[in-house]
Amino acid sequence: MNDINLNTQAVNTWCPGCGNFAILSAIKMVLKSLVEEGLALEDIVIVSGIGCHAKIADYINVNSFYSLHGRVVPPAEAIKIARPGMKVIGFAGDGDAYGEGMEHLIFAAKRNIDITMIIHNNRVYGLTTGQYTPTSPLGYKGRSTPFGTREHPLNPLEVMLACGATFLARGTSHGLDLLKKIFKEAILHKGFSLIDVLQVCVTYYNMYEYYDKRVYELAGHDPFDRSLAEAKIREWDYDRDARIALGVFYKKEAPCFEDHFLKSPGSQKQVDEKISDFLAQAV
Amino acid sequence: MNDLSILVGGKAGFGIDKAGSLIARLLNQLGYYIYVYRDYPSLIRGGHTYSLVRASGSKISCHKEGIDFLLALNQETVELHKGRLKENGNIVYDASAARSGGQGIGVAEILKEENASEIMRNSCVIGGFCKAAGIPWEILENVFKKNIEKDPDINLKVAKRGYGAVETRAVIPPLTSLKAPIITGNEAVGLGLMKGGLRNFVAYPMTPTSGVLHFLASMAQDTGIKVIHPESEIGVVLMALGFAYAGEKTAVSTSGGGFCLMTEGLSFAGMAELPVAIIMGQRPGPSTGLPTYTSQTELNFVLYAGQGEFPRLVAAPADAEEAYYWSAVSLQLAWKYQVPAIVLVDKTLAEGAFSFDMQAVPEILKELLPLRDKAFPYKRYLNSETGVSPLAFAPEKDTVVKVTSYEHDESGITTEDPVISSLMQAKRLRKGIHLAEELKLYETVKVYGDPKASRTLLCWGSNKGACCEVAQSLGLKVVQIAVMSPFPLNQVKKSLRGAKEVICVENNATGQLAGLMSRYGVSIKKMILRSDGRPFSVDELEARVRKELL
Repeated sequence: MNDINLNTQAVNTWCPGCGNFAILSAIKMVLKSLVEEGLALEDIVIVSGIGCHAKIADYINVNSFYSLHGRVVPPAEAIKIARPGMKVIGFAGDGDAYGEGMEHLIFAAKRNIDITMIIHNNRVYGLTTGQYTPTSPLGYKGRSTPFGTREHPLNPLEVMLACGATFLARGTSHGLDLLKKIFKEAILHKGFSLIDVLQVCVTYYNMYEYYDKRVYELAGHDPFDRSLAEAKIREWDYDRDARIALGVFYKKEAPCFEDHFLKSPGSQKQVDEKISDFLAQAV
Repeated sequence: MNDLSILVGGKAGFGIDKAGSLIARLLNQLGYYIYVYRDYPSLIRGGHTYSLVRASGSKISCHKEGIDFLLALNQETVELHKGRLKENGNIVYDASAARSGGQGIGVAEILKEENASEIMRNSCVIGGFCKAAGIPWEILENVFKKNIEKDPDINLKVAKRGYGAVETRAVIPPLTSLKAPIITGNEAVGLGLMKGGLRNFVAYPMTPTSGVLHFLASMAQDTGIKVIHPESEIGVVLMALGFAYAGEKTAVSTSGGGFCLMTEGLSFAGMAELPVAIIMGQRPGPSTGLPTYTSQTELNFVLYAGQGEFPRLVAAPADAEEAYYWSAVSLQLAWKYQVPAIVLVDKTLAEGAFSFDMQAVPEILKELLPLRDKAFPYKRYLNSETGVSPLAFAPEKDTVVKVTSYEHDESGITTEDPVISSLMQAKRLRKGIHLAEELKLYETVKVYGDPKASRTLLCWGSNKGACCEVAQSLGLKVVQIAVMSPFPLNQVKKSLRGAKEVICVENNATGQLAGLMSRYGVSIKKMILRSDGRPFSVDELEARVRKELL
């Protein structure tokens, strides 16, 4: 099916060399392959926040909901609840997902709602020109912290594990093949999935060399073993120097939030009857 | 005695609310129209709480100061309210908890002898009240059986002992009016939303509108309406917009503090043209303020909330019928024009209980959605003549639906082009003009009292009830504004024609409606304001109006 055209008329405005291109390429290839395997293109919806990452909504010709900063998760959840047959994929930056929107992310993981969250984690605010984020390392010097931050970063995967997420993975924008593999696996996973992509901002925080020296792909890892997953997730805490594992850390089968709703709503006639019943009882 | 009031009071945790509801239903069985005012502090146990049940031969939606019966479950209730008793008023009280004139019942001993729990003291006192007021035992028995879910038999036993403990004094005469359902304003809102085609309801609990959430949650199983209580009001409104994207009519409820968190979503709804109905229950602020009391302080807030300029519908119903009607209509018009719609209520309306008359509700027409034709490619923001773009909802074959919070072109792709930006801004504002045009078919402004009177009370929301009664006794006209945005200027001017003296009545400290009127060139010189969290009683308002008219 070479006739699937996922391009839009929008002009791409990411910086040359931006890590977002890898995520865009990977997701387009994954969506194409899913469609080739029988998924209807219209059954895909992407949701994005605000920030450089979010322009992805303009760059892929599929259903999209270009939301607010920090607010990728709630509309994604609602769309999934309303249309459980659709694949709902959220894109968010690290400031977006782990800062302004952390509350929603925690609850979506807690509910194990079947959405996929792809985090463009460049550990810097790009669109607002270089401030620290929840995952910037201690001492990071940005425009709002010229003398270095005085707080340690979050380990987002550890937070998500604690909250009940049932699929957790990490990739980098230097590893397109791995991104494709884990994006697809995450989308096909039934439950809340999150991929933390170490996506590099070439303009404000170029970490390519740092990551390239430290990353390795998980091999022989059993993602269904929670304590093993926890150990691998804790190996690098986004702060100290350590080896950085890539791949799927954790997987679990669990009931999903959206499955608890009635599949077919009552007709308006039934609702009207319910109104009459209630009023008759209230005399 | 075809207008009487019964006040039942005690500590929070005594089941005062339930007692008020039972008394309302007893009087309903006697053929009276009912209004119940609930006054309670923001705590779970302890503190003084009371319900004031007013019963009348005609439709009412406000309370009076004077009471005919005081049902006291503790001493504090006697002390706080005995001054309100009318000349022939009677006190029925728990003699094991209070000393008073009137008719005492040794409730503690009765509960002990009947092996009943303390929460049933209210049933015992209600039994005594029925006997004192000459209400037949059979009526009490029926009302208890129908309305008490937990241990109705023991409650009845206890009530019977109360009934036997006192003698009949002033008999409440039965009337012949039709028995109407008694519902709270929150229930009326929920029922109206159901009538309007609600598919999802999302809310974070907050007084005074938690009742809408509770009511719709109780309806979810039978109607398939999905009811969700998420992490915060930000989550609430953003979820609602996600549902709107999927094509499902959705409403949310909150109060001022929650609405603060919703404003980013409100503005998003304006930009992305995602419909949502927001039930906004007012209580006194600033900030946490008086959480369980009433106010009309959020008119300015809901009119201007959210960054940017976009049309919105703001309806301000005054009683249960209007709450039902405007909830249904607002949800539908939100969808017809793809705008946010706010239903502005207050604690008095939301948590008060009313005799509900479906016959008094105007017909609610089912609005058809402006769905797309088969033109390809689909453009979510097609720049149409009315500004309303035809709708499509994912998943639809060969159709891409893109919505966005950025300024965008017709297909929903971000733009910063000055020409497209101004075209799209004009498109969105055009919807407001057409919405205003459509609203001319609705009763956005209502006139009561003597239509020829030159002296007029101007009001909005729950003050209508007290204003109408005062107008009746003083021979005044009442003008009630039920829609605040788009502001029905022509209808307001028409209704005020010939009015020489206009007094604006509001539950706030600055006169927000009067301020809005002045923005449209109508100067209001006299205001009667109350901002202590309590609604106007008929008596108080009448006295203040008399003073203004001297």
